Amino acid sequence: MSIALEARGLTKEFKGFVAVNDVNLSVEQGTIHALIGPNGAGKTTCFNLLTKFLQPTRGTIIYDGRDITRMAPAGIARLGMVRSFQISAVFPDLSVLQNVRVALQRRRGDSYDFWRSEKNLRRFDDDARAHIDEVGLTEFVDHRAAELSYGRKRALEIAATLALDPQMLLLDEPMAGMAQEDIERISALILKIAKGRTILMVEHNLSVVANLSDRITVLARGEILAEGDYETVSKSHEVIEAYIGAADE
Amino acid sequence: MSIQQTDTPASSPIANDAGMSPLHKAIFLGLLAFLVVLPFMVYPVFAMKIMCFALFAAAFNLLLGFGGLLSFGHAAYFGGASYVAAHAAKVWGLTPELAVLSGAAAAAFLGLIIGSLSIRRQGIYFAMVTLAFAQMVYFVALQAEFTGGEDGIQSVPRGKLFGLISLEDNISLYFFVLALTFGGILFLYRVVHSPFGQVLKAIRENEPRAISLGYDVNRYKLIVFVLSATFAGLAGATKSQVFQLASLTDVHWAMSGEVVLMTLLGGMGTVFGPILGAAMIVTMQNYLATFGAWVTVIQGVIFVIGVLLFREGIIGVISRWLKRPL
Repeated sequence: MSIALEARGLTKEFKGFVAVNDVNLSVEQGTIHALIGPNGAGKTTCFNLLTKFLQPTRGTIIYDGRDITRMAPAGIARLGMVRSFQISAVFPDLSVLQNVRVALQRRRGDSYDFWRSEKNLRRFDDDARAHIDEVGLTEFVDHRAAELSYGRKRALEIAATLALDPQMLLLDEPMAGMAQEDIERISALILKIAKGRTILMVEHNLSVVANLSDRITVLARGEILAEGDYETVSKSHEVIEAYIGAADE
Repeated sequence: MSIQQTDTPASSPIANDAGMSPLHKAIFLGLLAFLVVLPFMVYPVFAMKIMCFALFAAAFNLLLGFGGLLSFGHAAYFGGASYVAAHAAKVWGLTPELAVLSGAAAAAFLGLIIGSLSIRRQGIYFAMVTLAFAQMVYFVALQAEFTGGEDGIQSVPRGKLFGLISLEDNISLYFFVLALTFGGILFLYRVVHSPFGQVLKAIRENEPRAISLGYDVNRYKLIVFVLSATFAGLAGATKSQVFQLASLTDVHWAMSGEVVLMTLLGGMGTVFGPILGAAMIVTMQNYLATFGAWVTVIQGVIFVIGVLLFREGIIGVISRWLKRPL
């Protein structure tokens, strides 16, 4: 199998503090890869480096055979690598339909045409509705996104992300703040959308990703502690220690 | 898949698009009908002043209300364009429509330069950078040869529209100004309701998410900045034709503050708020002129009351009551 996303010697230093230190990571095409670790392990920093929301101090990032280390975050989205956010990323004052349509609108290329009517966007309505149906928000199609509950906002975010039809998804703690039954639903949804796609997800809890991921990388204090499938990682002495050490935070 | 929730279903559907809503169309038509008869009821120059400031505030509102960018230097485009238009009409002898266009073009150019240097900053830094550039424009207006220093450019000829129709008469000038400002406001309305406007709102609502969808947000911000500067310039250039004058007042930082005031009082991010805000402020200045320096104090008090009572501006509050965007 080929490598979808690769980081070599990825390092991020903030003033007098190394948040991510020499991380080497390979995400195989078509797999679900989880990046986990206790609080302060550098997961989010690592995630922001990979999605280009932060610029690394050292190291290289390669996506789909292309060096993306110096690219702008909007640029990698256009290459088909789309990220999600910990706090549900919707456009609160736009309707549910408009939220998805803004993503579909990217298919036109850039929307710099300020002189045209927005009626031009109606041709995306059917597609947008299909994506909204898929995540079960049909009855909310004309409501403001701000009025949706937490779980529904997350569903809307997923609908908008899928509208871009990305090859690779980077999910930042998709289960954060979710009740148990929502976790199961989101897990099922992630498995469903993983078909034909590569997924890298950041999570706090090992248990959440147990049934979901093909491969797990454990990060602690900015460095890779262990890597392998769930069986290997969950039995690793260092991993148990890192989690127990952090359990009484 | 569906996510079950315990909350009550959201209750207020919103309009999704479909061009201009019937309500907006009705208001625009009513406004136009009102403006057609207005010069026969009040002093036309006063009505034209309101229209120029309404366009200025609407252009500013495009940047603040829909682009989410608070510029504190919009006098540079308004005043800068009025100087260029006055100079074009007086020295180059251009016809009024060309003079106004050259003013707007100059504002667009100025907006492109200042915009590309300032949009990478956010919040208060953006406001300060735009203010600093506007002060430079003020300095040029004060010191340059062609601007006439403290005197400004006076007795600008009104000329003949397309070289044919004399605008000496206030009523003919009024309809020229009406066409420019009303057309300008309608165009700004279209910008907000275009595919571009849709992305702009998305950026205002959640910039990181817009980036993650693949939008080059700085490019969108620059375009909206230039559009806003251009139409602020169109307003300033038109005003110089009305008053036959370009002066330091129009390029002073107080003018940048005044347009913020108009927009916030009327309701930022609304369609009709800036128009109402401009009308109120200009009317106030006109009728309170006898109080001299007290005008600013009264204006300040009204602003404080306005902000305390109607945080979303007057039109913003009405819009919330009616549960309809205005």
